[in-house]
This record gives sequence, structure tokens and C-alpha cells, in this order.
Amino acid sequence: MNVAGPDYRYHTLVVTVENKSGVLARVAGLFARRGFNIESLAVAPTDDDRFSRLTIVVDLESAPLEQVVKQLDKLVNVVEIRELHPGSAVERELMIVTVEAEPDRRDELVEQLDRAGGKVLSVGADRMMLSLVGPPKRIDEFEDLLRPFGIVELQRTGRVALPVLDEDA
Amino acid sequence: MDGGQALIRALENEGVDLLFGLPGGAILPVYDPLIDSSIRHVLVRHEQGAGHMASGYAHATGRPGVMMVTSGPGATNVVTALCDAHLDSVPMVCITGQVPVGAIGTDAFQECDTTGITMSVTKHNFLVTEAQDIPRVVKEAFHIATTGRPGPVLVDIPKDIVDPGNPASAMEWSDDIEMDLPGYDPDTGVDASDIATAADMIRSAERPVLYVGGGILKARAAEVLRQLAELTGIHVVTTLMARGAFPDSHDLCLGMPGMHGNFTAVTAMQEADLLVALGARFDDRVTGRLDGFAPDARVVHVDIDSAELGKVRRADVAIQGDCRVAIEALIADLQANGLGDADRGAWRSRISGWQERFPLAYEAWEPGQALKPQYVIERLRDLSPDDTIVASGVGQHQMWASQYWRFDHPYTWINSGGLGTMGYSIPAAIGAKAGMPDRTVWAVDGDGCFQMTAQELVTATVEGFPIKVALFNNSYLGMVRQWQEMFYDERYSEVFLSKDVPDYKMWAQSMGCEAMRVDDPDEIDDAITKANGIDDRPVVIDFRVMAEEKVYPMVPAGATNSDLVVPPSQADLSR
Repeated sequence: MNVAGPDYRYHTLVVTVENKSGVLARVAGLFARRGFNIESLAVAPTDDDRFSRLTIVVDLESAPLEQVVKQLDKLVNVVEIRELHPGSAVERELMIVTVEAEPDRRDELVEQLDRAGGKVLSVGADRMMLSLVGPPKRIDEFEDLLRPFGIVELQRTGRVALPVLDEDA
Repeated sequence: MDGGQALIRALENEGVDLLFGLPGGAILPVYDPLIDSSIRHVLVRHEQGAGHMASGYAHATGRPGVMMVTSGPGATNVVTALCDAHLDSVPMVCITGQVPVGAIGTDAFQECDTTGITMSVTKHNFLVTEAQDIPRVVKEAFHIATTGRPGPVLVDIPKDIVDPGNPASAMEWSDDIEMDLPGYDPDTGVDASDIATAADMIRSAERPVLYVGGGILKARAAEVLRQLAELTGIHVVTTLMARGAFPDSHDLCLGMPGMHGNFTAVTAMQEADLLVALGARFDDRVTGRLDGFAPDARVVHVDIDSAELGKVRRADVAIQGDCRVAIEALIADLQANGLGDADRGAWRSRISGWQERFPLAYEAWEPGQALKPQYVIERLRDLSPDDTIVASGVGQHQMWASQYWRFDHPYTWINSGGLGTMGYSIPAAIGAKAGMPDRTVWAVDGDGCFQMTAQELVTATVEGFPIKVALFNNSYLGMVRQWQEMFYDERYSEVFLSKDVPDYKMWAQSMGCEAMRVDDPDEIDDAITKANGIDDRPVVIDFRVMAEEKVYPMVPAGATNSDLVVPPSQADLSR
């Protein structure tokens, strides 16, 4: 059942839960007490306000995926679990970041940003606030690119994901 | 109608006839309409007792046990009982009082985060914040507790929504209650192709064993299990949670496997080429060191909880579903397609050879010694009615009771398997007696356990539950003492209790019990016979047993089941 195979260390689960207080604590508590590690977690309501969706990236070195899914499924408030194979999921993450941007380096910074497809959110005297949406790997790479400029503050959302559309969908 | 009345009515609608509990501030408003209810309330002396009583009641009757306690310390006192029920899959519903909705989170008097604390020790829990939701949540709680893999469910009720003096308690009762559980759909059916594969494996196995766990009892599947065993001629081991699920007196019964299982049960599993696990979960106390467990066995694993399948031991065929449904399907397949022609003659003679050479054994009593605990169990067994219910504490006495009793009926053995809760037996026996008033109920207890929950004998006397307690008094925490003797060079650390303090006889008498003390083997039978004749109050017999006696066989911690330590008298026999 571990469709990720040995090549993938992480696996993404898209979990639909009842939109009730305490549900996130139940999920987090389950991971903690069973020794499952979460690499990333994003939570938001769905288009149906009775339900929320969690996108959980699970560290497969901590536990077999099958156990994680089955234990999650036992939570009464968990309605549906979709396993997204890393190769067949569209994954996105948002990063906003404030970087040092002295006037003489600004052009260089904006050029990198344009190439990555990011946006300028705000400009200060010596700093700029940028955003980038993309696959987590691209966010990682852009973060590395920014580091020489001097990162002041950085926040990433954790990834969200949906399955790739079938061609006939 | 107010929320408190609605709660009681909702419990009545679920068929609750007995409620174990203890009132307090936050749950006070619910205790008022209880006076006018058909439900009988049993007033316990400590909330943990209410929890284990509900558990004993559920084990004995198959109906969910129900308890009700107040907020804060009332709730924290039932945590052990909830955890115990969670690990042993016992259907229970626990109602806890809570501070008013507006006071939640303010560290109010007797406030605790009950749903937070009990999240990991319940199958599910609820915090109800609207009086109108009470009937629906109660219905959901009973549904969740009793379906799928059973377990404890807690319902936390803030005071204001049940207090008639508070407008928040106003609600309208409707008989039309719809559950709203979009994420809960326990699946009980079984996959036909998996059954066919499992049946093929059974047909071709030369050394098969039916490895039966507590799930058989939860599924009410003892009768079909017997049919399967008799149809196939396959031997059965019954785990600590499944004693009585298959009759000990049956030719195919090998008894209990595991750390203190008998030699034949342990070894047959170890040497098997097929284990058919039915409602069992490959607990570490059964498998011993996992990488050396049943090395040649293929595994068919049936469990209603799919998370158990492959959790510990990979299953060659994993069947998610109700044990009774699965066994019936297996029987149908085996009847339709034949039993196969595997030659099991050699296997049967190996088994009978083990049974002959390695029966359960202890050394004979010698003058001057305290009583042999195994002998006391044998006499209790032989002098009590065939369908006696035995509720045990945790420790050496539990293992001896499981080993030396002869369980021929399901639901006659009640104990704390998963959590190993000392003090379980007396309240569990009371709960069993409350549910099965016409049966003889013996609590088999140790002196360490007795001191943890003995106060519930007051409940037993006052509420009229004439249970009997066989107290195995060796003045030690005996199982810990055994480990210190065997594995810690006889360095006894904090295990000696006291032989005479407390005076168990006087203590029992002060709680309204008939009490006896037995030091002499010749007095055992008379005391037991006298106890079995008393039905108007509880009885406690203080049996003074040998402290040096050890539970054998034993698989040392970290060893494989092939390294089972047999009693000294069998040590030199060839295996």
C-alpha cells in the first residue's frame, strides 16, 4: 500500500475533516502519540463550511504510510483521506519574505524575482517584501537564492495539494 | 424540557438500566431528574470504581457500561478506567459534568480540560455546548461505543446547559433524532476473495493454529468459532482477553499463549506453519521478541479494526471485518470446497506429546509452607458453579487464575489485559454482578490490588451486590517480586507490603462483608463452600499464600517464545 516506494521520503495526505473545534488537536495528538512525524501541515476551510481540509506531508521514515492512514481514518471526525503520490500531485506553497535590499542591489533582486515568477509586496528604504507561490522545491531554491541578500524574516505556509487532473477530466 | 431531563431521557432511550457514578457540583443538575428515572444509579466510593464497574458490566452482559461523574477530579479519576477500556475495547459511555460554557478556559473551580485529557484514552469524546444537542450526542456516543471496534466514549456536559435555573438549558425534545457522523462508518462485511484465499491456506496448512483474541467475544462469535475448529480439527489458543471464548475442556483447546502461557499453546504457535488470528492483535505479551515469533508461520489476520492488520506482524491475508461474519464465510467456503488433504497427523502427535510432557505444574505443598496459590485457584474452580464469573486484578494471581481456572463458557473471565490495571477486580466484579445478578461472581485479587480499590466493597454491601473476593495475600507485589528474584539478583526493591497491616479480615468486616482468613490447606474447601453459600452480602477470604511462588512458564522480557522458561520440575525434559 506504500505507493510512494523507496524513492520518496515524504508522502502527502489530503484529509477532509469535520469543521469542529478540537479536530486539529485530535490529528496532531494522534501523530504525536503514535510517533508519526509531520513535515508540513496546512489547514483551511473547504467550499463546504461543514468541512476543513488538511494537507499533511508525512515523514515516511517515522512510520509506514499505511499505519498513518489507517490510524487517521479511525478518528471519528476524519471524513476522507486521499493519498497523493508525490509524482501525481500538484503541490503549491506560498512564501512571503522580507530581504535586505540596498538600492544598488535592488535590480538584481527584482530580476531574480521575475525569473522565479514572484511578486513585490512592499518596498522600504533598505528592504523589500516579496512573495512567491510555487512547488515546494522551487520555493526552496528561491529561498537559497535570497540568502546572500540577507533574509530578515521569512514565512512559508506549508504545502497544499490536489491530484493531477486526468487528461479527460 | 431542560437539558438535564433530556440527558436522562436520552440514556433511558438507549436502554440504560444501570448507571455507576458519584455526583458533584457540575453534574448536580443531572442528578435531580435521575430521581424520577427508571435508571438505577449505583453510588460508588471513588470514580475509578465507577469506570471499572461499567467495564465489568459490559464484559459480562455485552451491553455498554455507563458511568456519570462530576467535572475536574471526578473526571480525572475515571481516566484510568477509560484508558483500560480503550486498550481492551470495552463499550462504555462516560458522562462528565463540566463548568458552565462561559467559564470554560478560565481555570474555574473544579475545571479541567476533560476532552483534552481523555482524547487519547477514548474512542471518541464530545464537549456539548448546546442543550438542544444533548439527545443527538448521547445517541452518537452509544453508537460509536458499541459498533465497529468497541470502546469508551466520553460526553462532557457543561453545567449551564443542564441546569433548569439557566435559560441555556431550555431545549425541545424530539423523538426523531438523527445522528451526524459523516466520518464514522464502521465496515463489518468481509471481502469474498480474501476469504477464499484464507480458506485455501487453511486447506493446505500442515501445522495450523487458530489464534483467538478478545475480538471473538466482542463479535459474539464463540459458537461459530467452535464450529470452525470442529469442522477443520484445528487447535485453538485463547489469549488472556479471550479465555472462555473456546471451552478449555475441549480436545482442541490448547489454552493461553504468551509470556505466561502454557508450553503447548506457546510452542504450537511458535512451530506453526499457519496462524489464523481472529480478533487478536499480536500483543507483545503474546509474541515475545517479535523477530523470533512464529518464524515459519504464514498469517491470516481477521480484525474489525483495519489499523490492526499489519501493524505488528505482516499478514499474508488481511481480512478487515467482523469476526463472526468472517468465520461464517470461512466455514461456508470450507464446507463448499472441501477441507483439503493436508496431513496433520505428525502435528497432532507433536501437540499431544507437548501436552503430556509439559502440563501446567507446580510443586506440591509441604508442611510449614503458606498456601500454594495455584491450589487455591483449583479449589475455587472445582467448588464453584460451572458458569461462575471470575474477575481478576493484575499480577501473579491474574496469571494463575487464567492458567488454572477452566473456562468453559464465554463471558466468564473479566480482566484488565492491555493496560494491566491493578485494582480492577473488585469494581469489575461488582459491575458483572450488577449485570448478572443470578451468577456467582468471584473477584480474584492480590493484596497489592486489593488496597487500591477495596473501598468499593462498601458499594457492594450498601447497594446489594454480594460478590466474593479471593484475596491472594502473599504480602508482596508478587509479580514485581518475581522479576526482581529472577532478573535482578534477588534484590528486592520496594515490593514488600505487610502480612498483617492492614488486617484484611477486620477491614472487610468493617465494610459489611463476611470475612475469613485461611492459612491451612485443610481449611480451604470449607471456606470456599461457606462463601459460595452466602448470597446476602459480599465475602472476603484472606488466603495466606506463598510469597516465593512464581508464575511458570515464563518468557523472559526480550526473549523469543522458543526460550520459554518451564517450571524447574520440567527443566530437563526434551522439547
